[in-house]
Amino acid sequence: MNFEYAPAPESRAIVDIKPSYGLFIDGEFVDGHGHSFKTVNPATEETLAEIAEADDADVDRAVKAARKAFRGWSRMPGKERAKYLFRIARIIQERSRELAVLESIDNGKPIKESRDVDVPIVAAHFFYHAGWADKLEHAGLGANPQPHGVAGQVIPWNFPLLMLAWKIAPALACGNTVVLKPAETTPLTALLFAEICQQADLPPGVVNIVTGAGGTGQALVSHPDVDKVAFTGSTDVGKAIARAIAGTDKKATLELGGKAANILFDDAPIDQAVEGIVSGIFFNQGHVCCAGSRLLLQESVADEVMAKLKRRMGTLRIGDPLDKNTDIGAINSAEQLARIRALAEIGEDEGAERWSPPCELPSSGFWFPPTVFTGVSQAHRIAREEIFGPVLSVLTFRTPAEAVEKANNTPYGLSAGVWTEKGSRILFMADRLKAGVVWANTFNKFDPASPFGGYKESGYGREGGRQGLASYLKAGA
Amino acid sequence: MPATASTAQGSASSPGIGAYADVTASEASLRRFLHGLPGVDQVGAEARAASLGTRSIKTTAKAHALELAITMVDLTTLEGQDTPGKVRALANKALRPDPADPTCPSVAAVCVYGDLVGSVKEVVGHQVNVAAVATAFPSGRASMEIKLADTRDAVAAGADEIDMVIDRGAFLAGHYLQVYDEIVAVKEACQRADGSHAHLKVIFETGELQTYDNVRRASWLAMLAGTDFIKTSTGKVQPAATLPVTLVMLEAVRDFREATGVQIGVKPAGGIRTAKDAIKYLVMVNEVAGPDWLTPDWFRFGASTLLNDLLMQRTKIATGRYSGPDYFTLD
Repeated sequence: MNFEYAPAPESRAIVDIKPSYGLFIDGEFVDGHGHSFKTVNPATEETLAEIAEADDADVDRAVKAARKAFRGWSRMPGKERAKYLFRIARIIQERSRELAVLESIDNGKPIKESRDVDVPIVAAHFFYHAGWADKLEHAGLGANPQPHGVAGQVIPWNFPLLMLAWKIAPALACGNTVVLKPAETTPLTALLFAEICQQADLPPGVVNIVTGAGGTGQALVSHPDVDKVAFTGSTDVGKAIARAIAGTDKKATLELGGKAANILFDDAPIDQAVEGIVSGIFFNQGHVCCAGSRLLLQESVADEVMAKLKRRMGTLRIGDPLDKNTDIGAINSAEQLARIRALAEIGEDEGAERWSPPCELPSSGFWFPPTVFTGVSQAHRIAREEIFGPVLSVLTFRTPAEAVEKANNTPYGLSAGVWTEKGSRILFMADRLKAGVVWANTFNKFDPASPFGGYKESGYGREGGRQGLASYLKAGA
Repeated sequence: MPATASTAQGSASSPGIGAYADVTASEASLRRFLHGLPGVDQVGAEARAASLGTRSIKTTAKAHALELAITMVDLTTLEGQDTPGKVRALANKALRPDPADPTCPSVAAVCVYGDLVGSVKEVVGHQVNVAAVATAFPSGRASMEIKLADTRDAVAAGADEIDMVIDRGAFLAGHYLQVYDEIVAVKEACQRADGSHAHLKVIFETGELQTYDNVRRASWLAMLAGTDFIKTSTGKVQPAATLPVTLVMLEAVRDFREATGVQIGVKPAGGIRTAKDAIKYLVMVNEVAGPDWLTPDWFRFGASTLLNDLLMQRTKIATGRYSGPDYFTLD
């Protein structure tokens, strides 16, 4: 007997999207002087708002405002800075539904994820770092660690508000002031966050938000008065930033791409592992730098696992991001959709076997079905390049040593997953995997107390935890 | 509109339970088989159950789910103070759960102790099944002769379904073959003179087995022994039915059908009190075992107070208003 779920849309009445937005500089919204651009709802292609573009002079104004505010903010006692961060955290919780709905509209991610994952972790980051603000002398960086100054931060479109929190919360707790550039396709929650800063009475200039595309980001990171650069995004842009700041005394942390191996041994808890594979690659439409995009299956259980995985993929619900029962939302942009399509076609051309469950995709908006490729080898491009979409490449291995070798045989090294009921094997693997995060019998779990960051071309520096504070502090005398 | 992709079904040509004959040939082989089943990660299983619990079932889907849930209720009273009068009242409720609404469906069964089967039967006839608990319910601590006599008495009194308890002591001591043999023997005792047999449900008392690994092993053990249904709890031990325990059992019946072609039913019992909870279970059945299990033939709720909340929510959907508890019968 079929059990059809009726539509259960979250109301968008709670958000008030203005027709146009300016830049947030020195505590107020001001006009930008570049060419304004539109942000669209990727699920419907409807235009949401007109967004100002910051040109070089606007960026300069924002950096000056941050520099001016730095004096007062960095000298403020930690316990006073903490009060502002606690206040911001509480307002985020109070306005959580508004933030979640706005994030889903602008980004395309399902409301169950923005509501149950993104926004709660955003609040947690502010609470966690608020707690550090008056305890920085215990961070292991000497008795009197000092902030760098003005932080120029550039964030991606996959977790717009969460990446903002990862950047702003530690920077502010440590006494830095910030100029942040959200991604071109997802500026709305950052601009709502600017309103929250006003609501929390944050001193003007401590947080500045400049919107725009690559040019704005470039102007920001190469501004001579920016002391610290923090970037999350693609490896190509990360390399360009590293080149741009080479030879300066700017500090930088880069959190870049990934091609994580999710390794399943024959003694794994199979049903939970299948859930971990699904959340590893289909969470947030696979727009996750640490996505488990390479599934390494022990050959002896490969057929059994694939059968279970395909059955499970058949129950995924794709559609309206605001429907509370949606598991997979929209691809964030036409550009990203084109890239996913191109790589999927290359996968087929190179001889891998492509499979998606039968599912109807909405007629407007940007959509890609959950897809799995079997018969993939290390030589295939879909096993090497980051697709950043709901596309899983499946490879097999025979022994733990082979699993390690294949998992590490990538220019990236952001995360990895290990599935086995054998505790000693988890330790064996974690010891040898060259990845910043190794999840055991779980995947895509984030906590503000846990440092996150990559090896090799996945970047350098850590965010979160005590280690993350080191990115925003100079060792004290 | 969210589009649900279709679910893959089991293979058409399945080997049947016979293929597992060597598994139950000896204590050692049965133990090897049960301990060779994939483990259950507790954190992962509980997270999956919780995430299914966030499904939002509204309007037409809710109306459908409430109607379905009512038809799946095994309306239960298992008290020392039960009398023929008490169970007759419950039997009347089972037939007509909502006296104000003749379109309200009957429940699946009335579940009582074996000695009261006749009293229920007088009222319900063949319109609603009568389930009897047997085998020294709820502890299962009696000799094999007594357990079998208990079963035969209930079947002779007209029970359509027998809910037996396993010997948890034997299971926890690792005497799996003893538990297996007991289930096989009770199944034989369910046989009627005319060759038909009462439907057998095997209760694990998952609150005493404690680990999900044990729940999975007990599920396979009972299915190999030929049970018709697997059931979580007696209702006498806390925790009784939980979503994650039911998840593990639904995975087991799904995998068992895939392996053997034989479909087994699932019955969570005890602790399910609200319509909201019942709907979470139905979502889980739908997405884990599949829609084939969404009938009273393959899924039941062992409950007493749940029925009135289902009725109250059903009336709310029909009329747009909540009526007070006094509009529903207390039996």
